[in-house]
Order: sequence, then structure tokens, then C-alpha cells
Amino acid sequence: MKLTGAQILVQMIKSQGVDTIFGYPGGATIDIHDELDRHDDLRHILVRHEQGAVHAADAYARAHKTVGVALVTSGPGATNTVTGIASAHSDSIPMVVFTGQVPTGLIGNDAFQEVDIVGITRPCTKHNYLVKDPKKLACTIQEAFHIAQSGRPGPVLVDLPKDIIQAQIEFNMPEPTRMRSYKPNYKPNKKQMSKAVEMLKSARRPVMLGGGGIISSQASEEFTKIAKLANIPVTGTLMGLGSYPGSDDNWLGMLGMHGTYRANMSIGHSDLILAAGVRFDDRVTGNIEKFAPQAQIIQIDIDPTSIHKNIEVHCPIVGDCKMALADILDLMEKESPADFQQDREAWLDRINEWKQTTPLKYDQGYDTIKPQYVVEKLYEVTEGKAIVSTEVGQNQMWAAQYYHFDEPNHFITSGGLGVMGFGLPAAIGAKAARPDKLVVNIAGDGSIQMNIQELMTAIASDLDVKIVILNNRFLGMVRQWQELFYDKAYASTDLEKAPDFVKLAEAYGAKGFKCDDPANVTETLKTGLNTPGTVIMEFIVEREESVYPMVPAGGAITDMLLV
Amino acid sequence: MEINRYLLSILVDNEPGVLSRIVGLFSGRGFNIDSLSVAKTTDPNVSVITMVTYCDIHIIEQIKKQLHKLINVITVNDLTEKKYVERQLALIKVHAKTEKRAEIMRIVDIFRSKIVDVGHAHFTIEISGDSGKIEAFTSLMQPMGIVEIASTGAIALGRENGKK
Ligand SMILES: Cc1ncc(C[n+]2csc(CCOP(=O)(O)OP(=O)(O)O)c2C)c(N)n1
Repeated sequence: MKLTGAQILVQMIKSQGVDTIFGYPGGATIDIHDELDRHDDLRHILVRHEQGAVHAADAYARAHKTVGVALVTSGPGATNTVTGIASAHSDSIPMVVFTGQVPTGLIGNDAFQEVDIVGITRPCTKHNYLVKDPKKLACTIQEAFHIAQSGRPGPVLVDLPKDIIQAQIEFNMPEPTRMRSYKPNYKPNKKQMSKAVEMLKSARRPVMLGGGGIISSQASEEFTKIAKLANIPVTGTLMGLGSYPGSDDNWLGMLGMHGTYRANMSIGHSDLILAAGVRFDDRVTGNIEKFAPQAQIIQIDIDPTSIHKNIEVHCPIVGDCKMALADILDLMEKESPADFQQDREAWLDRINEWKQTTPLKYDQGYDTIKPQYVVEKLYEVTEGKAIVSTEVGQNQMWAAQYYHFDEPNHFITSGGLGVMGFGLPAAIGAKAARPDKLVVNIAGDGSIQMNIQELMTAIASDLDVKIVILNNRFLGMVRQWQELFYDKAYASTDLEKAPDFVKLAEAYGAKGFKCDDPANVTETLKTGLNTPGTVIMEFIVEREESVYPMVPAGGAITDMLLV
Repeated sequence: MEINRYLLSILVDNEPGVLSRIVGLFSGRGFNIDSLSVAKTTDPNVSVITMVTYCDIHIIEQIKKQLHKLINVITVNDLTEKKYVERQLALIKVHAKTEKRAEIMRIVDIFRSKIVDVGHAHFTIEISGDSGKIEAFTSLMQPMGIVEIASTGAIALGRENGKK
């Protein structure tokens, strides 16, 4: 059967179990959009900026546990995706981005809307392709999906010249992808796992550390069971929130620069860390020389480059987190739980003391709303069940500290790259993946203005998202650094001049609510969340509130600035 | 940490852009490339890249793992862990003043190299060997006055009894 390139593309995307793609058309992709229009079972969400398409696809991938797909035109359409691709690359999110390209005959001639997007995105994709032969289109697309979601997931870009899209080609579903140069290793080494179990047995002050790898390999259950069996306290990276129930007693809170005091102290005083799906990023380790000085470290990761990169590890286990944790759990279950819990009381008591003396805290007085209070109330009102996306800055850290995620795939944030403007399109992508869920974007007044145009996407596509703006009239996180390290010289961070967010919501056809009284926070949240459609809830919060505790850059994580 | 010389033999898919992925990896992560040579293999779908880099043991581990992570890289073989034969080819143009000609020819002989072009003012010498031999030869030619050097990167193969 002969199909056009565009038809093949749509067939191949559908064969991957993807039901939604996010895109924006242009001259190079008209044929594809034309074809998409004929397929009711593959929804195309028209965004208002290509960056929005990629962030939405990223969040869709996280909430739907499949691959996210974005489709954009050549030239500026393609370059507008770069930030989103780099963010997904940092966070290891499976995604395929299709970019239009000028016809093959024009490539290299500086044609209208031609850019070398494959060259531009080489360092920020897991892999990328320029399709030059229509016969290779189907298997390239299949390979792209395979690479995006296998091993350590990541974004793959496929550049599609217009003549390839228009070509008529004999189409057969390609055989499953087999590549001689790409065979990720899932199976962990048995000996290493026995060693890990022995280490867990002799540990007296163990801590478990979960990262994004637990979420992407869907290993929360195994991870949690190990912690329960051996009664080990658990902390997580920003990307790992939700890998262990946030409301559990043994949950220490997040680790790192804005981690909880007890999480950082626990790691600092531990004699064993079982780390899974983490890459020991500098925001987590602080000063590497002083990171967990007494601890033996077991590290499980599918990507060998994550091991021994920043931190020396005593028991590396290369493989899929889920498989490795399941095998370790099996081995542990063959023995008595008591063997894994020696001296545990003393350790837990000590940790509890850190919690008692130095909890996360803020003072909510009568006058001004504290941003932490808004997040805490949001947690209560939503019963911890919402999918929460964040922007970047203080809002992101307060969301991580005060919204306690009990389940994986519920916290969606730009972790590695820290992209302002991520949260709103991400909320839209998450809503497309999980229409049954309440989706809330926790935003700063700065970040929300970076992709505010996506408000129209949410409304036009009936993807209801609730936006909570913590409006401090500052680029808050940068202001915080200026307060602490630059003598309070607030250069270029004042956002006093701002739009009226309620009117802005209304201009787009959304509902807007504004609240500046602590007494009305809960009420405003309830009203806003119960109002159908997309809603902005703007909270005028304390201008110079800072995120505490804090580890100054380059310091030891046990050396925290407290409130 | 101690800096060593490492010689990697990397098999890659013979596809456009592969070299750029490898070079980009090195520049993006601040690794250095001392020399690089790319050639065909007996399999038309596969090329071999021989690379020399100077770094410490920690970095070479990352380099090998990062290279392996590239989708188009099939194998990364660290020849420095094994016994291997290494060759490099250099063309060296030196001043050939009348009073120095005999001496140059004598050194060329000792090094089993060849004069491949003779002019009134210059000799061009072809020499092959491992990097040590080529360095030794160039340093002997230095006083004669080297005009120009062209050199390939190192190429290498593991020995039959490859264990060190
Ligand atoms: C695209 C982008 N530009 C700049 C930054 C640097 N940056 C990090 S946090 C921050 C301030 C964010 O301000 P706002 O969105 O108001 O959030 P707040 O910190 O006040 O909660 C800035 C400018 C960034 N992370 N991303």
C-alpha cells in the first residue's frame, strides 16, 4: 500500500499508544496537519508557542507514562523548541519532537526558514535524525520512539524535509527496532545486589534516596517496600518527589539546597545510602568533599555515566531501578526483617530530634499572606491528590516543601534545567494525559509571564488547569540571593509593574480571583478550584519572604542557613 | 591526579554526523582530544575512530562511558589496557643545507624513514612509528630547521596476545 510521508508519520505515532500530540504548524508541516485533521483518535493540541508544545509533551509523558510528542515547523518553529528539549534532556523525559524542514534539495542553501536543527540540538537530545530517504521514514520514527523510552529515557528529534512528507511510499509496519550500537542494559548484576543486601544488613544509620529514575522506571512500590521492611528513613531529590509517600512518618522531606534540615542531617550522618535513580546533581550534594562523609553508598542507575561521575560509590549497580530494587527486595525477604533493623531505634530517635528542633517553618501572621501558607492550604484543600506542576524559583521550592506527594507522576517540574515558563504548558500537558485529575500550576508572578499565551491553549482545548500565582512582585529566588549575598541590591528583580492577573484571565476567557488577606486564602482556593474551566488564583504574598532552610552554593549540605 | 596518555579505538556506525557527535561530546564536557583519525573498516556500515587523549583515570572512565552512551557508538576499546601496535605517519620538510645533507640522510637511515622529495633547499621526509619515535625524530631534525610538518593521528590495533 502506498502512503504519503505524512500518513506514515501519523500511523507510526498512533502505533506507539500516543493519543495526543502538541504542535504548531508552518509551511513545512501543512501536509502533516492536514493529515492529522482526518484522525479523531490522535488529538492535536494547538499551542500558542512552540516552547509550550514541548513542555506540554514533557508533562504529558510524565503523567501518562508514555512518550510525549511535539510537532513544529522548520526554522523558527524548530528553534523555539530548544529550551523545552534541553529541559526534557536534563530530566530524562521520553519525548519525540518532529520538526519540519525545507525540502532535501534546498538543505544547505540557506533556504527560507532553514536551520540545522539537528546540529543545534545534538548536545541536548538523546539522539536525533534528519530523514533524507522516504524509505527510511517509518523505521526512523520507530527507532526514535524506541530510543526515547528505553534505557535512560530522553528526547529524540526527527527532522522531516517537506519532500519526504509529501513522498508516496510503499508502507509496511517496520520490524521491532534492533540496533547493534544501542542496547541498554536493564539487568543488574547479581553479585552487586547480594553485596548491597549485606551492606544494608550491617548498616546502623541507613537512609534511602530516591530520584527521578524511580519515577521513570515505575519502581516506587519496590522502593517503598524495601524502606518499610528495613524501617529505613527516606529522602528524595526534587525529581524524586512522590517516589515514596510524602505523608509517611519515615519520609524525611526533600534533600539538598532547599531540603529539610532533617533530610540533610540524616544524609550527613548516615553510614549507608541506598540511592536509586539519582545522579548526585550539585543542588543535592552541595560541597562534594563534605557530602555524607561517613556513608557507604549503593547507587542503582540505568546510566553508567551517572555512577562515579560526581560521587565515589561503594556498590554501583547498573540496571533498571525497578528490576534491581525488586531483586534486592526478594533477597531481603528471604531473611528476617530484624537483621536489617539493628540499632534502628537510636537512629530514628536522632532523626526525630532534628525534626522537632528544626522543622520547616514560617510565621503566618494576620496581615500578609505567606506563600508557604498558600501551598499548605492548597495541599489540604486538594487532599494531596492534585497533579501539581510548578514554575521555577521560590514557588517551585515551596511546592516541593509543602505539598506532600504520596504518589509518583504527580509532581511535574523542570528540575535539571530550571525553566521559567515550564509550569503552565506542563499543566496543560498533564491535563491532556489525565483528564480525570485536578491539575494545578503553582506559579511565580515572573515565570507565569513567560508562557502566559498558553492560557489560550488551555481554554481553546478545554484542558482546565488551575493556576495559583504566588505574587511577590519580585523575581523572588534571584531577589533572595541578592538579599543574602549581594547586600540587598535588588538589581533587575523588581516586578512591581505587572499586569492585572484577574483581568488578564478574563481577557483570555478564564476566571480570575485575587486574594490578599490570610483569612481568605482557604476560601479563595476552594472557590477557584471549584469553578469550572481554567482559573487563575492570584495571591498577593509577603514580598521579601525567602526559602529556608538553604545551603549556600558550594557549602556542605549539613551547613544550612535556617530561618 | 596523574595524567596519562590513553588510546581509544572506537567503532561507530558509518553515518553522517557521527564524528560531530563525538567531537561535540568532547568539547561540551571539557575533555581534550590530542589526535583523532577516522577510517573505514571491512564492514561498510562501520567506521573506526582512533583517538588519543591525555587525562586522569577518573576522566577516562567518564569519557569511555559517555562515548558508549552515544547511540551511534558500537564499541569503545581502550587499547592502553592491552598490548597494541600503534603507528602514526608524519611528513617533515627540513632545510637541507649542503653541509647538513649527509647528517640528515644518516638520521633518516637510522630511523628507517625515507626521503620522499628532494629539492635544492629542502628534503621532505616520511616517517612512521609510534608517537615516541616521531617525537624523537622531530627533535633531532629541529636543529636542521624544520619548515613544515604534516602528521596523521595515531592509529592502532590490539596484538594477538592482547592481555597486558
Ligand atoms: C528561562 C529562565 N530565565 C531565568 C531564570 C533565572 N531565574 C531563576 S528563579 C528566577 C525568579 C523567578 O521569579 P518568579 O517566577 O516570580 O518566582 P519566585 O521565585 O518569585 O517564586 C529567575 C529569574 C530561569 N530559571 N529561567
